[in-house]
Amino acid sequence: MSDNRTKLETLESLTRFCLDEAAKQGASAAEVGCSADQGLSLTVRLGEVETIEHHRSQGLGITVYYGQRKGSASTTDFSERALADAVGAACRIASYGAEDPCAGLPEAELLAKDIPELDLYYPWALDAEAGIELALACENAARGYSDAITNSEGASLNAFEGVRVLGNSLGFLHGYASSRHSLSCSVIGESEGGMQRDDWWTVARNPAELEAAEAVGRKAAERTVRRLGAQGLSTRQCPVLFAADVASSLIGHLIAAIRGGNLYRKSSFLLDALGQRIFPEFVHIHELPHLPRGLGSAPYDAEGVATRARDLVRGGVLESYVLSTYSARKLGMQTTGNAGGVHNLIVDTGTEGFDALVRRMGTGLIVTELLGQGVNIVTGDYSRGAAGYWVENGEIRFPVEEITIAGNLRDMFGHIAAIGNDVDLRGNVRTGSILIESMTVAGN
Amino acid sequence: MASEIIAIAKRAILEPCGLIPQDIEKLVAQLAGDAIDDADVYLQSSHYESWSLEDGIVKEGSYGIEQGAGLRAVSGEKTGFAYSDELVLPVLLEAARNARSIARGGDTARIAVRGGHAVPRLYEPVDPLGSLSAEAKIDLLRSLDAEARRADPRVEQVFVSLSGGYSSVLIFGLDGAMHGDVRPMVRLNVSVIVESGGRREQGSAGGGGRTDYGFFFEQDRASGYAREAVRQALVNLEAGDAPAGSMTVVLGSGWPGILLHEAIGHGLEGDFNRKGTSAFSGRVGERVASPLCTVVDDGTLPERRGSLSIDDEGTPTRQTVLIENGILKGYMQDKLNARLMGVAPTGNGRRESYQCLPMPRMTNTYMLPGEHAPEEIIASVSKGLYARNFGGGQVDITSGKFVFSASEAYLIEDGRITRPVRGATLIGNGPDVLTRVSMVGNDLELDPGVGTCGKDGQSVPVGVGQPTLKIDGLTVGGTRV
Repeated sequence: MSDNRTKLETLESLTRFCLDEAAKQGASAAEVGCSADQGLSLTVRLGEVETIEHHRSQGLGITVYYGQRKGSASTTDFSERALADAVGAACRIASYGAEDPCAGLPEAELLAKDIPELDLYYPWALDAEAGIELALACENAARGYSDAITNSEGASLNAFEGVRVLGNSLGFLHGYASSRHSLSCSVIGESEGGMQRDDWWTVARNPAELEAAEAVGRKAAERTVRRLGAQGLSTRQCPVLFAADVASSLIGHLIAAIRGGNLYRKSSFLLDALGQRIFPEFVHIHELPHLPRGLGSAPYDAEGVATRARDLVRGGVLESYVLSTYSARKLGMQTTGNAGGVHNLIVDTGTEGFDALVRRMGTGLIVTELLGQGVNIVTGDYSRGAAGYWVENGEIRFPVEEITIAGNLRDMFGHIAAIGNDVDLRGNVRTGSILIESMTVAGN
Repeated sequence: MASEIIAIAKRAILEPCGLIPQDIEKLVAQLAGDAIDDADVYLQSSHYESWSLEDGIVKEGSYGIEQGAGLRAVSGEKTGFAYSDELVLPVLLEAARNARSIARGGDTARIAVRGGHAVPRLYEPVDPLGSLSAEAKIDLLRSLDAEARRADPRVEQVFVSLSGGYSSVLIFGLDGAMHGDVRPMVRLNVSVIVESGGRREQGSAGGGGRTDYGFFFEQDRASGYAREAVRQALVNLEAGDAPAGSMTVVLGSGWPGILLHEAIGHGLEGDFNRKGTSAFSGRVGERVASPLCTVVDDGTLPERRGSLSIDDEGTPTRQTVLIENGILKGYMQDKLNARLMGVAPTGNGRRESYQCLPMPRMTNTYMLPGEHAPEEIIASVSKGLYARNFGGGQVDITSGKFVFSASEAYLIEDGRITRPVRGATLIGNGPDVLTRVSMVGNDLELDPGVGTCGKDGQSVPVGVGQPTLKIDGLTVGGTRV
């Protein structure tokens, strides 16, 4: 901890140096963000160590304003000369920029004042030997799960911690430490139909909250074995159940469509949707930025604006956009504390578990994997590669692959039939499985 | 010539931080030992800038410096790696010790650094950032905004971005050989939103390469991007629902070569094949494409975005034949996988930066031309899809299933292109999609210099290309059943 205090103090003094330097060079306002991270990642494969990587990185970014003109620069070199050069470069760029009435720091009164303690820092005193043991236990559990597991991409362990500091010329200067640790495993199975690969992973701020290594390995193997013998499917329209870990991508598309940058650029299918019903009435989505140990938790956003709990969707109605200071000003609104993104988005769950949703679907497609980027946020057009399981009469019949699923996000959002209580807690978006009434499935 | 490039790289990297050749010798010696099969010190110093325009004004500009060292020791199949942003000897020695700890034993070695072999120069060591004044960069962006708006009154929004980078690298191997490269890169992109009757569509076009900003003024390229972005957006404004199901697909020349990158390129990278995790593993010598198909990976094309004089392990790049007349010929290799598979490295060992380990990656991947005029190919299709432009793609190496998403496509009916349809994802199986290639055009074209490939979280610039291709049966992921 004392080591961290020293690091925080060092970064704070670099931040002050850059802010002072910007003022000296005539900038009317400035913002500096910097970080120093370290970590260990290692991979074992087929029972042997494959890689051990020691990470230690640092970076600093500065944005300066001359009135309404803006310039930015960044550096990984923390020498005084390099920092002064970076400030100089940002100032030079600002001198060429155009006057932009919306440019500038956030309103002072919106900056975070009382910084909540979010319990984000759990350093893992893990040496390479202990990490290797853990990864081996994980991969061994996967390889021992079934004779159908014939090969492995390995098990990987990552232990990361870092400190970050943000300061601006309005007097904001804060920093905090955080950690993030993960364990993952990916194995390959083989049958007459060919090879299949799948994986599982666990991530947490606190290593004690990681799933057990053996459980991660078994889950990876179970997922791989279930995919063996996958078949194609003929083209049809049917209900689609997005498993929880891929359902979060649908919420990701919602966020993209209501992000200020896409709205003021008129690049969203949800322009002017504020106050409109875009989901069925039972859908509620809210942001909880201060969840202790949350993977998306943050005491303030990338501009120092205080983050706070709020509703995004209430009763299916879009209640709020996702805005930074700049995009809010472009839209004539106030920032929502989302510079840099959302912080723990929670989709309220229904009462049914995954199996109940499968039964409710009756006959249709479970999607467990999505391929490609076929999502157009301007139009809402959605067409992605998929793999999963075909379900008839509430029962999984066989694994499927080499198919696409297509629709329009606006229709898909409006026709969500149910949200499961099988929430995936591993990301910034927490949702259960999502059942959509109908989509086009294309296949052979 | 190599010595001139090395001298420039040394000035960019070593002089500012005060490291001398003897320091590097100490680092390599620290990495070396009896159990160590390979090791390297990779030093990098880069700077880059970007300028962007929206609402008709240049609002954003940024400048960045990135420098550091990656140190690697390899023992058998094991790799130890550490990096540092600080180019200071004690920090680098600690990184070297960390990397070296992959193998036991504390033997030491003496290393004498010497120059590597001369390699052809594929691009000039020019710093693009200084190749145009700031005022001229801003004028360029504004002129493209005007060009796009002049092209059609339905243009609502125009976004233009210009970026340039200049990267110097020095690579010191276990044998004491020193390799150097100085790599420029420029990129320009224009995106537009058009609106008509409440419907909104986007279009995007751009290009670039390993050269300076003068590239965009040659052959009217920059203005061409603006007009092309508008053209694509207007086509999409008229597009109807895309069909769903398996059908004959004609892919246009150039950027649609992303098919090759996803369907076969990744599956032929050495690491997956050494480990037996690729759907192509163990298939060298087998037929994986129709006899019409010859596919190469070529890092030696002058000034192309995917080209490198040497890869990030110091190996000169070359043209590697992947598929010849339909038969699988070989894989793309870095040093580690080549050694473990008992073959020669192919100059495909690439890394995003000093912070990452190198691995086998593509450079410029393309198919050689065939005999047919593109019009002949279209005319041969009674019912199908003509896909002219694409967004990104992805592949599952192990199952071989790949996707790529069309952003501009048309129906073909009775041998004629009839009407545009909305973007859709195409999905297929890598090891057999090329067996269904029934016609290859005579119009080989490379992409304009826009590709970026991601693998294991590392992004590197790549190129793709192909002539017009006809594939008998590919699944099109539209909505219309």
